[in-house]
Amino acid sequence: MASELADVSGPRTTTVAPSPFPATAPEPERSVTRGRLVARRFRRNRLALVGLSVIVLLYAAAFLSPLFAPWIYTQFDYTAFLRPPSGSHWFGTSQIGQDVFAQTMRGLQKSLTIGLLVGVISTTIAAVVGATAGYFGGLTDRVLMWVVDLLLVLPAFLILAVASPALRGRSWLWLVVLLALFTWMITARILRGMTFSLRDREFVKAARFMGTPSWTIIRRHILPNMASLMIIDATVNVGQAILLEAGLSYFGFGVQSPDVSLGTLISDGSRASLTTPWLFGFSGGLLVVAVLAVNFVGDGLRDALDPSSRGGRRRERRVRRRGGATPAPARAGGTA
Amino acid sequence: MVRFLARRLLNYVALCLLATFLAYALASLTFDPVGRLAQRNPPPPPASLAAKSAELRLDEPIPERFVHWFGGTLHGDFGKTTVNTTITDELGRRIGVSLRLFLLGTVVGVALGVIVGVAGAIRQYTVSDYAATLFSFVVLSTPVFLLALVLKYGALEFNSQVGSQVLAFTGETAPGFRGSAGAELLDRLQHLVLPTMAIALGQIAYYSRYQRSAMLDVLGSDFLRTAQAKGLTRRRALFTHGLRTALVPMATLFAFGFGLLITGGVFTERIFGWYGMGDWLVYGIEQDDTNITATVTLFVAVLVLFSGWLSDVLYAVLDPRVRLS
Repeated sequence: MASELADVSGPRTTTVAPSPFPATAPEPERSVTRGRLVARRFRRNRLALVGLSVIVLLYAAAFLSPLFAPWIYTQFDYTAFLRPPSGSHWFGTSQIGQDVFAQTMRGLQKSLTIGLLVGVISTTIAAVVGATAGYFGGLTDRVLMWVVDLLLVLPAFLILAVASPALRGRSWLWLVVLLALFTWMITARILRGMTFSLRDREFVKAARFMGTPSWTIIRRHILPNMASLMIIDATVNVGQAILLEAGLSYFGFGVQSPDVSLGTLISDGSRASLTTPWLFGFSGGLLVVAVLAVNFVGDGLRDALDPSSRGGRRRERRVRRRGGATPAPARAGGTA
Repeated sequence: MVRFLARRLLNYVALCLLATFLAYALASLTFDPVGRLAQRNPPPPPASLAAKSAELRLDEPIPERFVHWFGGTLHGDFGKTTVNTTITDELGRRIGVSLRLFLLGTVVGVALGVIVGVAGAIRQYTVSDYAATLFSFVVLSTPVFLLALVLKYGALEFNSQVGSQVLAFTGETAPGFRGSAGAELLDRLQHLVLPTMAIALGQIAYYSRYQRSAMLDVLGSDFLRTAQAKGLTRRRALFTHGLRTALVPMATLFAFGFGLLITGGVFTERIFGWYGMGDWLVYGIEQDDTNITATVTLFVAVLVLFSGWLSDVLYAVLDPRVRLS
């Protein structure tokens, strides 16, 4: 055990084969672009690839399955009430004869769409606020960060629940707006910190001394340099938004009927009794699978876009250790 | 140090007040208690609607209403509900229920989370480490209500397998249950297991992920190698030098984890039929009751900021470099 510890911590000066970790691996051709490098690193992460394919599959299932599924979500089968899954009703039927598969796909559509929209919008808000606070500093920074602190006092779920009566009878797009309004704060904090360090870099100073307006500098120099982090955070936010939406909808504070989402389906399915698990099991399972897939993709993106982050460093350590001892099979992936 | 903590406390009190006002204003804007009353069947006469509106001070501007309500809370009067019961009467019992759940969830969650995280870091890339990582990934991708439902479903199956009601999942105690002290304790325990699990699993997953990576950073550090080089056993080096350092970032996370816990508590209380503050919040929103909602919000804000303050204290205790003046 002790030797293993030393092995992990010590700087490696042994004569191992050329270090195989991605970040500094000598590239044979010089024309490799950053995009290609990132794509290659992402592809190496098996779990992230699985996550990405699962997301694509879920989207395809949610939006294409109504074309060929035997039942539509508005139909009622008056010959089958509360039946377990079978050949004609793949996920079973509800108390009033609705096809659970069609309902679930309908809910999946809404949940995925809401998650994606909220992730994009809240990250955009975070980018604007974070970059503004970080770039201008001073009073602007103090005021904006004070607002962030204030909004972070109460859990987003609580504020959204209190605001939810405003949604009664309104379209789900209002829910998207509300969700985005109360989920950008942590990302904004991170982006503000990054802007601080970017602000004093030479290329930003050069632009400033040339007389470029501040907003142009933010748009042209600051934001593109934080793009990696924004992409990663947007992905994380998508997963969080799906969870938050489901939680709100579970209490009826989110998506309002006639719209359905995975949250409302689980809520309706579990309300009557727990002895009919197909009513909430499938929507629940798909919800977990979707969020899990999004999280895996987020992790893969983090490793690919930002190799100096923790995940990347740890993998590097492992690869080195393995490279030193036995020629173990190169297990890429691992969400360590 | 005392002055620093006092200053932070003052800042927190200001934030707490503003956050409560924010929630109060939001609730006043979106709730419509008189409209709800008007929908009753048979419809109440306009006079009684007007009386209700006057009673709830709906004609006053929101800041004035807030000042009135908050002034009352300062001497222990949290106002009345829309159905004319006094909030203060119910408050103590509900806070007790919620705090018990939160306290158990935090203690179990933090303790097990740290243990699982440290174990995962020390035995990196073993089967147990992969299992723990997978567990936390799945749990962090599962909403609390689904976790609670799965636990409840599992308990149902388990009970029918065993053939007796071993795990209870409604309420805090069996209704009307009377017995010896031991039997009552057992009854309470039976009701406690599932809600505590529902709330603690998320905490374990959350803390263990961060604890693992913090511990891994420490494992690779020079000072730990030095500690072993000067003759400490690996165990000693890991636990007296390593763990303490790895716990420092946890102190900061604690404040965030607590928000997660409170949100989880709302679902847990609701699903397992515990009449705590979370259950009350949902009831208050469903009934368009501003005073209940504001009271729960104040409770949550105080808890969140107390946990933030606690994490400042923990940070100062754990990290000897923190010298505050």
